[in-house]
Amino acid sequence: MKKNLFWNWFWIFISLTYFFIPLYATFNFSLKARKGELSLLAYQQMMEDPRILRSLIFSTEIGLLTILLGLLLMVPTVYWVRLKAPRLRPVIEFISLLPFVIPAIVLVFGLIRTYSGGIFPLTNTYTGTNFLLIAGYVVIGLPYLYRSVDAGMSAIDVVTLTEAAQSLGASWPTIMLRVIIPNLRSAMLGAAFLTLAIVLGEFTVATFLVGLKAFGPVIWQVGQNRAYEASALVIVSFIITWVLMGLINYVGRRGAADGSVAAGPR
Amino acid sequence: MSSNARIVASGGNRPKPPSLRKSPPSFAWLGVLPFLLFVVLFLFLPSLSLFVGGFQDAKGNFTLENIRGLFTPFILNAYWVTIKISLATALMGGIVGFFLAYALVAGGVPNWVRSSLMTFCGVASNFAGVPLAQAFIFTLGRVGLLTVFLREALHIDLYEQGFNLYSFWGLSVTYLYFQLPLMVLIITPPIEGLRREWREAAENLGATSSQYWWHVGVPVLMPSLLGSMILLFGNAFGAYATALSLTGGLINLVTILIGSQIKGDVLHNPNLGYALAFGMVVVMAVVMSIYYVLRRRSEYWLKK
Repeated sequence: MKKNLFWNWFWIFISLTYFFIPLYATFNFSLKARKGELSLLAYQQMMEDPRILRSLIFSTEIGLLTILLGLLLMVPTVYWVRLKAPRLRPVIEFISLLPFVIPAIVLVFGLIRTYSGGIFPLTNTYTGTNFLLIAGYVVIGLPYLYRSVDAGMSAIDVVTLTEAAQSLGASWPTIMLRVIIPNLRSAMLGAAFLTLAIVLGEFTVATFLVGLKAFGPVIWQVGQNRAYEASALVIVSFIITWVLMGLINYVGRRGAADGSVAAGPR
Repeated sequence: MSSNARIVASGGNRPKPPSLRKSPPSFAWLGVLPFLLFVVLFLFLPSLSLFVGGFQDAKGNFTLENIRGLFTPFILNAYWVTIKISLATALMGGIVGFFLAYALVAGGVPNWVRSSLMTFCGVASNFAGVPLAQAFIFTLGRVGLLTVFLREALHIDLYEQGFNLYSFWGLSVTYLYFQLPLMVLIITPPIEGLRREWREAAENLGATSSQYWWHVGVPVLMPSLLGSMILLFGNAFGAYATALSLTGGLINLVTILIGSQIKGDVLHNPNLGYALAFGMVVVMAVVMSIYYVLRRRSEYWLKK
């Protein structure tokens, strides 16, 4: 028994060391922008750089629109399938998991090839390109969106709830907005935070579609030539990830953290 | 009951003729049309365009030349390096992740250690790409904290010993930062599914700990273990941002090659690029199919 405990602590210690050192090294570096003393200069420079803030705002907007489009697409679909077409459920589930098979770099390659000319030349305008970016992120987030929404709907009995609302004379918009969606709140919030976590720092799709307008490519660019600011940015993006994951745990305490198991593009 | 409710809801205005009241199920699929349309436009069409492009020459005629082009040494090497790095990190992350998850589940560890490490795993498995690569440059790069510490305090010069962060092993060490926590998150539920009764039954029959593991624990967990590692493999296989910002594109990975191809046709043949990209999808499809078969098998024992 004692021997067992030793090995348990051994693995925990090794992993903790491995997890901790890169964070410490980055944090330590970020404090050394002023020679010979510890300072927050790197963070100050980071805040003063308009491009960083602008790109963070841009990526947040894209993230929010991705959440909106993703939920608008998935909530009615999953609801409909449960209510009217249960036989389609395996099909929808299968399709929702397909993006796992398409690496982000392949997805963006395909999107560019399909929409840079032809019938829908989306990449010709800024709006079109931004829409393509959002659509790409919805595709990447599809497995997580589906899983959270579906898990949320399993937790409540949508068929009975709908029939109860109908027998009280509720219209479809009322059922959707006042019965189904309030019951799905924690599932939808979980999906939203995870989507935001994926979109905010995403690099692969963003760099080929909008380049330095998005946060991920800007982190990369700063890392190329301004090391101190880059280290501060790494710490900030780690904290953002941490906060979003904490929010997911907070809204989905009933074991619904399932959706947060895997993540977006590497 | 259920049809009653529907009648009540629609009966506000005018009772419909009985033949229409039972809405024919054949139109139920119309409700999923927006979803299908979206998926066709932004998932199927882009994949299809790469697939078709892979079988065309520059003029649009059908050809197998691009597929043959995939089997040239340069491209085979890119696939091989990508597969090797995915395999190495899946194995390392899988094994260490399993031991860590077991250590956390098995007990003897305070609850707060367990829950905070689990939360950290959630964060770390999502902390990837450019920031992750940069954190490792600050740690193990030529002037990284750990590199300097080892050189000055312990007189071990990693780079003299042949280590290089911007090469295969450096990339592997970095990938592990998201592979290991992901493994912990996936493998914890199956480990928790191992029932105490099985162990007690084995002990009552006189089994030693290693006999229990060999005859019960490992066979039950094997499909989950393999399945999780396959998921890790896929996870590393598609990685682009981490590899690009760590090596600056100097390592010959398929994702890096596709990236350069999008930027400027480095292969001097756009159609070969499409074939290359679709090849990745084929590998991923095989990998994910194996994963689902294995997951089915692990659910047989572990469902409650």
